[in-house]
Amino acid sequence: MSTLTTPELIDLNLGAGDRAGATRLLAQRLVSAGRVSDLDGFLADVTAREEQMPTGLEGGIGIPHARSPHVTEPSLAFGRADAGVDFGAEDGPAHLIFLIAAPSEGGADHMTILASLARRLVHASFREALTQVTDAAAAADLITREVGGA
Amino acid sequence: MKLVAVTSCPTGIAHTYMAAEAIEQAAKTAGHEISVETQGAAGATPIPPEVIAAADAVIFAADVEVRGRERFAGKPTIQTSVKRGINGAAQLITEAEEAAAAASATHSELETGAAVAAADQADLRGASPVGLSTKVEPGARFGAKLRQWLMTGVSYMIPFVAAGGILIALSFLFGGASVATKVNGGTFNGHTYAAITDPTKILSQVGFAGVMYFIGSTAFKMLVPILAGFIAFAMADRPGLVPGVVAGLLAVAVGCGFLGGLIGGLIAGAVTLAILRLKVPRALAGVMPVVIIPLVTTLIVGVIMVVVIGKPIASAQSSLTDWLNGLSGTNGVVLGLLLGAMMAFDMGGPVNKVAYTFGLASLASGNTKIMAAVMAAGMVPPLACALASVLRPRLFTSTERKAGEAAWLLGLSFITEGAIPFAAADPLRVIPSLMAGSAVTGALSMAFGATSRAPHGGIWVVGLIGNPGLYLVAILAGMVVGTTALIALKSIRGDVVETEARPQETAAPVVPGNVVAA
Repeated sequence: MSTLTTPELIDLNLGAGDRAGATRLLAQRLVSAGRVSDLDGFLADVTAREEQMPTGLEGGIGIPHARSPHVTEPSLAFGRADAGVDFGAEDGPAHLIFLIAAPSEGGADHMTILASLARRLVHASFREALTQVTDAAAAADLITREVGGA
Repeated sequence: MKLVAVTSCPTGIAHTYMAAEAIEQAAKTAGHEISVETQGAAGATPIPPEVIAAADAVIFAADVEVRGRERFAGKPTIQTSVKRGINGAAQLITEAEEAAAAASATHSELETGAAVAAADQADLRGASPVGLSTKVEPGARFGAKLRQWLMTGVSYMIPFVAAGGILIALSFLFGGASVATKVNGGTFNGHTYAAITDPTKILSQVGFAGVMYFIGSTAFKMLVPILAGFIAFAMADRPGLVPGVVAGLLAVAVGCGFLGGLIGGLIAGAVTLAILRLKVPRALAGVMPVVIIPLVTTLIVGVIMVVVIGKPIASAQSSLTDWLNGLSGTNGVVLGLLLGAMMAFDMGGPVNKVAYTFGLASLASGNTKIMAAVMAAGMVPPLACALASVLRPRLFTSTERKAGEAAWLLGLSFITEGAIPFAAADPLRVIPSLMAGSAVTGALSMAFGATSRAPHGGIWVVGLIGNPGLYLVAILAGMVVGTTALIALKSIRGDVVETEARPQETAAPVVPGNVVAA
């Protein structure tokens, strides 16, 4: 199994103003990296999940995500938007956006790394480090190290 | 404090784990032990049953149905959304602490009682001891569960029957059967007594036997509430107790006796289970166990008992009475047969009451034969149960056999309620058998022309019975018929451990004892 994320999947200057735009920009990176086979199909799955209940959480984070047949391996695309993108959280827009892509098939092993990522997201220290980080390589390195996937 | 939690969300890849992590962190910060079961895409590892058993409270942070929810039944539970598990974990832990504290406030005493009864139950059906509330076998079929619920109620009720009934019988033995009338007021053998309204004056006016009678009849009044309360307790655990007891009290108040209490207990248990399954707003969760659940369940069950069940019972009683009055001129033996069957039908319930009141009215108008038939028929049910439990002990549970020992004295004293433990545990087979026996006794008593100048007292008023020898023959004959029928019906289905009662159709309700209300 390759790593959950790479520098190519990270955008520290995410420019999009709305939820769909931000998600699309991050999803394009997953497609370029060969981790998602069909951009629109995957986005439809993410949107469907988002419509069930917005994924914005208190503390300025958004975690659009889906299990989708168009995903080839568990992946994370991470974007930082200084202007903020509304993900439906009550306390304001999200500045850290984690697009989590999970294959619809695949055993529990596959999912464990995503579970581990989700658990890290709760920790303020992890979020703080991602807010401070200055380049994509450092961000990818930080995430990989914290989540423990390799 | 020990906590357990389950988290789950629709996709099962993000929120489930975030909530788990947040709740674990918050619990640790507050100094609690916690185990969290994440029901997500990475698979769920079930929390071991012993960890659940040791937990003081349960948190469900879930947007989809918690799998295996029944594993947590009976624990103080906080139910919320998965998002709140992430954003409000610290507050959730506080709510769990409050729920656990509210539950433990009343828990300890009941646990003790439940353990005793559970052991008792295990003893009588050879199963392993289990918490009463959680029933004996979670997977049991409905018929088997129903029997377990009824037996739970009966096992708690029997000591009240024994203590109350024997005290009443002893008061007759020492003070003569007239003590009941002296305490309650009424006419006994031509003397009219005023009721004593202040119990503290019983000792000086009636003597110690009167006090014994008063204590015994007070204990007897708890019989139906305890039966109903612990049927509901067996079904729905502690929250079932209040509506169950109140249902029993109301069954007595509206005059539908032990069968009414039995049905009331089942209704109370079912209503409580339904309410416990409702999802409630977060703001209400804290006051659910202490205020909302007892309030709502008791109100619903109470309305059912008073409005839905009480009214038809009352009108049925008055039409039964009219019907009996219309029969007054007919064949005495047929009348005795009917009255006898009615006496055994519900042992203190509405039908029994109609027959007994008819006997009293006949006595007041000078017809002592009907009173004699009614009393003889009312003595038969406990005696037949006692005899059957001695002749064929394997057909009865150990609890029933103990009740049988007391039933001898209760039957001889015309305390028909002595048969209730048998009837409540297995009504469909016990009640018809006892009705047959009592009907024979009633008919024979009329045929022999036996008379009674006493409205109650059984064997203790034999001096007031006309034609006492044949009167006893009538009673013995009914006992034989009742016992034979009981043994035959109970033998149809194997030994007692496997005995499958199907008492769900026990529609006929009843009232408290003749003696108590005499």
